[in-house]
Formats: sequence, structure tokens, C-alpha cells
Amino acid sequence: MTQAFDEMAGDGSGPVREGYHALSEWLRQAPPDLLQARSRQAELFFRRMGVTFAVYGDADSNERLIPFDVVPRIINATEWARLEAGLKQRVGALNAFLQDIYGPQECLRAGVVPAELILTNPQYRPEMQGRRPPGGVWCHVAGVDLVRTGEDGFQVLEDNARTPSGVSYMLENREMMMRLFPDLFADHRVRPVDDYTDSLLGALQASAPPGSGDDPTLVVLTPGPFNSAYYEHSFLADKLGVELVEGRDLFVRDDTVFMRTTEGFRRVDVIYRRIDDDYLDPLTFRPHSTVGVPGLMAAYQAGRVTLANAVGTGVADDKAVYTYMPEVIRFFTGEEPLLSNVPTWRCREPDHLKAVLDRLDQLVVKEVGGSGGYGMLVGPAATRAELEAFRARLIADPGAFIAQPTLNLSTAPTLAGGALAARHIDLRPFVLSRPGAVEVIPGGLTRVALTAGSLVVNSSQGGGTKDTWVLDD
Amino acid sequence: MLSRTADSLYWTGRYMERADFLARILEAAVRLAALPTRDDAAQSAWAGALASSGMKGAFDAGGRTVSEKSVREFLAFAADNPTSIKACLTRARTNARSVRTALTIELWEAINGAWNGLNELGQPSRRDDFVGYLDFVKATALAVEGAASRTMLRNDAYWFLRLGMALERADNTARLLDVKYHLLLPPGERVGGQLDYFQWTTLLREVSALTAYRWVYRGSVRPWLVADLLVLNRQMPRSLASCQGMIVSYLERLATDYGRRGPAQRLASAHLSRFNTARIEDIFQSGLHEYIQAFLKENNALGAAISEQYLA
Repeated sequence: MTQAFDEMAGDGSGPVREGYHALSEWLRQAPPDLLQARSRQAELFFRRMGVTFAVYGDADSNERLIPFDVVPRIINATEWARLEAGLKQRVGALNAFLQDIYGPQECLRAGVVPAELILTNPQYRPEMQGRRPPGGVWCHVAGVDLVRTGEDGFQVLEDNARTPSGVSYMLENREMMMRLFPDLFADHRVRPVDDYTDSLLGALQASAPPGSGDDPTLVVLTPGPFNSAYYEHSFLADKLGVELVEGRDLFVRDDTVFMRTTEGFRRVDVIYRRIDDDYLDPLTFRPHSTVGVPGLMAAYQAGRVTLANAVGTGVADDKAVYTYMPEVIRFFTGEEPLLSNVPTWRCREPDHLKAVLDRLDQLVVKEVGGSGGYGMLVGPAATRAELEAFRARLIADPGAFIAQPTLNLSTAPTLAGGALAARHIDLRPFVLSRPGAVEVIPGGLTRVALTAGSLVVNSSQGGGTKDTWVLDD
Repeated sequence: MLSRTADSLYWTGRYMERADFLARILEAAVRLAALPTRDDAAQSAWAGALASSGMKGAFDAGGRTVSEKSVREFLAFAADNPTSIKACLTRARTNARSVRTALTIELWEAINGAWNGLNELGQPSRRDDFVGYLDFVKATALAVEGAASRTMLRNDAYWFLRLGMALERADNTARLLDVKYHLLLPPGERVGGQLDYFQWTTLLREVSALTAYRWVYRGSVRPWLVADLLVLNRQMPRSLASCQGMIVSYLERLATDYGRRGPAQRLASAHLSRFNTARIEDIFQSGLHEYIQAFLKENNALGAAISEQYLA
């Protein structure tokens, strides 16, 4: 693969890119062991605080630290302005799209998206057909994954519209950097991210159901301490100043949700749920699930409680639906998409399938409903046997897959083995929606592939994170 | 507060207290076993520690026989002992982690740090390393209690944590006394003899009360005065009377905060009022063992009432 575009050095032929001058100079002058010392300090602190995530199927250490890289990634003001506009447009369209497919379905009738792709999608929830969530907001929190392959902007890799995670790392990474490198902040105008929780609280309150009064009761619903993102769930509840509840803490009576407290029962108005649709309510979805709340869907459908994100948003971050997002944006906004998609083959279409099978060893193939880097094929890194096994799966069920070129993700300077080296990165900004408004927090989670040459940034696959600095003008 | 949160705080308190108690009885056993008087003194020390823990049944069920190695392993580390020190600290940490939002950062760090430290220490087999391990556990309990006391708001979270500690402490003190009275002295050894004396002083050391004893009673160690100190003396922070007083006061704080009293408050107050008129002579007269068994039963019933009223 050719040399990747570098966030600091660009293609290497010109000067350091805009926004990176002070950092580049600082890195040049910093004593060699300073970064390593700070890196160890950060690790100790994260370990002591228990800033961990669980790795499924890893019995030895069910809690791991996500490696933290001390070199920040910088996005200059011009770049951010373009990103922000693109993200607002995209998430605005996403909400309109969800409202439409669970409502009049005009975009299906107009052929913007094939109707059977939506209506037979496992993430499509017929229970929501004809329903409108409180305030008309479907996707309260989105984490849109972006990658960059060159100077000219970012491309959207995924729209995480269900329960995107990672925002706690965005906030903790910033705290850590301010503690470790106060001087560096003094030399930059970094836009703060710590009002994220205020914005989230505001967005959730604004989406409360009618009749919940001036001070609606919010909770964060977690599957429990064994969930991989449990640290984040507790972090958010803490920052929001609300209870972190499990399903067993809640019950439904007369279509109203209550929580069990030491002072008796208390009504709950808004649930920021970090549980997938399937597990929310055993009476409606999976009957044997024990993490949910029996009767929750009835209360939801009666308009007595807000679920964030709304039930059924998963259909919008299905990877096959993703391929239609440019058309969806045009249809609902009347504008050209500001952020492009990564070129994608839809294996459900025979000519696309053929094209994919012809060059399987050059492509990344993903399950349309998958997430977190599970169940995918990275062609160039696969063995012959893996390729053949995947080929068989593709032929057996082409509709379950999409394929994309192996992207030459941009790199950023990263501390590796005691020295700075270029490592591939991506970016997950967080986008909040409330009735009538979409907001993007200036920053996001930059994930970094710590192994030289690797393109896999998922934390479940050993990736790390960096602080993301959005500069003011 | 969520009932589940209160429950986890309460059990965090109980498990921390129990880990501390186990460290103390193991430390005492190491001391007793080092006594040069008789060959079977060592064996008796470990049997006594095991009996103090209240886990003799589980120990025997695992097909073990009493020895320094087996008792140390069982009470400090064993995976099949649900209340070994390691299990207690792990459970305290699991409970704390499930309610992190109810803890201050300092308190969470103390508990999480203890768990990290425990994993680093592993299972020391040399006696000096083992004593170091016990010191670590006791220091942890102090750090946790200190962090709670210095950083937590005086609200229900604090009262439930302290309530769990006080209830467990009462239970542990009672067990400790009971075991000394009946089990520790090997057959043939004279009551009031050298070993008996050493055992009573060791028992006081276990709960860091030997100096306190001298201050209070100004004389040599006598069994009924040790019992008086650990049952009735309100100056002694882990006496049954003191623990009962703490339990009542935490329950009263909850009742005040919530504006409602219930069965737990009434039961606890009734227990406490009996300490006001009790005399150690009468207790010895009718049997210390019977007295303690009755206390343990009442303490259990109180725990059940608290669960029913707040934690379910």
C-alpha cells in the first residue's frame, strides 16, 4: 500500500499541516523520555480509576484498559466547520428518514431505498409503525465513524444510530491530557468537550414525554457490570447526575415506568438506554431476556416514557441501508451530501456481488448487521482458507454483506515502542439531537491502530485512543 | 436512592469489614501458633482461627484437614470459600463497581486499589510475606473507612455503607468471643494458665484492644473483663453495645432523612435498650455462649428486617 496521508505531515512534501505547527515544534523539543513517562502516568491513573472495558470471550482478564496515546490528534477550524455542517445534515436526514419509514414511507414509495430492504430488515420494528416518539426525535445520540484518505475531507464509514459508545473516553482523554500537558493547552486554542454531558442532559430533557412536568426524571439503563461499556454507562449516569438502573430496578404499572427506591416507587420519564432493542422488553422482544423490563414497550407506545435512542433506529445504521444514505440525504434535505460515503458494493445486487467475488482479496467485507469489528473479512490480510470460507458465505447469503475497498486510512504521530511513529486512525464525533435541533460536540473519539501498518482500530480488537483537538480560529 | 444501590453499598460495607476481620484472626493465629508452650498449640491456633471464621463447615466439606497451610489457604484465598479474604475484597469491589456513581472518587480508588493490589500480591506462601499480605488487607480496610468518613456526603449512601459495616462488625466480635470461650483452649490446659492468658491477650490484640483494656481496667487480663470490654463497654468501638448503638444511629438517620420509621428501627432500638441494664456477671452466670448465640440470632433477624424495609 502506498504511503498514507498523515494528519500532521500531509503527503510529506510540504510544510506541517495547518493546526499542527505548535505541536510539531513541541514534539521536536520534548525530552525523549517525557512522553513515555507521561504515558505510564496515564496508564496508572486509568488503571486506578478502573477506566476499563470488558472483552467478550476473554476469560482471563474480563476488564482491560484501552491503550491511551498521549499525542493528540488535531483538527483545524476550517476542517471542523465542514465536518460539523456535514454531520448535522446527515443526522438531520437520518431522523427524517426514520420518521418517514415508521410513518408515511414516502421514501420507500419513491424508490429512494428498496422497500424490502427496510421492511424485512431485522432491525426494523413493526411495533413502531405509525408511532412518533416524544418530540419527534429518533436518534438522540449518534456516533458517526469517519475516516480520511487524503487532504480532501472525510468519508463516513458507519452511522452508529443505536447505542454508540466511546464518549466517556473522549471526555476522560481530555481530562488526562489537561492534567499531563497543561503547557501544550496554553499554546493551542482547543475547543472544550466537557459540556457534552450538559448538552446530552438538555437533549434528553427536551425529549421528555408530555405530562412529565418541568423536571422530568431521567435514568441511564445498563445491562449491568458485565457489559463491555459498563464503565461508560456509570460514567454518564454520574456526570448527568441521574440513577444508573438495571432492568430489575424498573417495573411498569398502568403503562407507567417506575423505579424501586429506598423510599418507595418513583416515576421515570426518560430512559437513556444502553440496551439493544432486542433486550428491552421480554413481553415484546426476546422472551428469555432478563436485562429488560416487562411491559416497557406498552408504556413506550402509550407515550408515557421516552427511550433514547428510539426503538427501531437500528434500521438506519444497517450497513446495507448505509449505502443509500447519499440518496436519503438528497431526498429529505434537497441538498447534496456534504460528507460522502465510502464507495460500497451491495452484495445483494448480482453485478455488485460478482465484482466483489472477483477481487475478494482486495476488499473489506462486512456483515450488514454487524458491529465492533466482529464477523468481517479483511481481504488483504486473510489466508486463502479464510477467503474461500467467506466466499462460500457470500454466495449463500449475499444480502447479508457489503464490501468496501481497503481504505488507506490517514495516519497520525503516535508513541510506539518509545518513539513517534505514524499509525492509522479514524474518528467518531458525537452528534446530539433534540426536538428541532442537531448539535455536534467539537471533538470526538480518535481511535488508533497501535500495530504498525494495521488498519483495525476497534477497541475490541486491540486498538487505542487519542485525545481529539478541535481548534478555534 | 435505588434499592439495589443501597443493597450494594450495604454489602460493600459488610464484605470490607469481614475481610478485615479475617485478616485479624489469621494474624492472631500466626501469633498463637508461634507460642512455644505445647506441641499442639499450633494446631489449636489454626483450628481456632477456622472456628472464629464461622466457616468450619465449608472447610470440612471440602475434605480438608486442619494445618497452618490449609487454614491460611482456605481463609485467605480459596476460590471455593465464598467469604475468603480474596472473595470478600472481590465482592466488595464488584458491589462498589456496580454503584460507582454513589461513591466518591476517593472511596472508589481505595476499594479498586485494594483489588488491584490483591491481584499483584498473589498468594504468598512464606510466613513473612503472608503477614505482609494481612497487613495490606488491614490497611485497606482503614483506607476504605477513612475515605468514606472523610469524603462522603452524610446521606443515605453513607448510612447504608456504615450500616453494613456495623452489622458485620457486631457479628464478627460475637463470633470471636464465642470461639475463645469454647474452642481455643486445648484439653489438659488449665483455665487461667499461661496459654489461656496468652489466648485472651491475643484475642484483644486481634481487635487492637489490648492497650484499651489496660486503660479501662488498669490490671491484668481477666476473661470476664475481656468479655465486658467486648460486649458491654460503650467506649470500645467494636463492642457489641457500641456496634448496636451505631446500627441504631444509622437507622435513625435514615428514618429522619426519609421521614419514616419502620420495623428495622423498632427492632434495633429494642436490642439496644437491653444493653443499658445488662451486667457481665449476669451474662456469665447464664452462660456467655448462650448469650452470644442469642445475639447472633437477633443480629441476623435485624439484617433481614433491614433488607425487607430498604433493600428489596
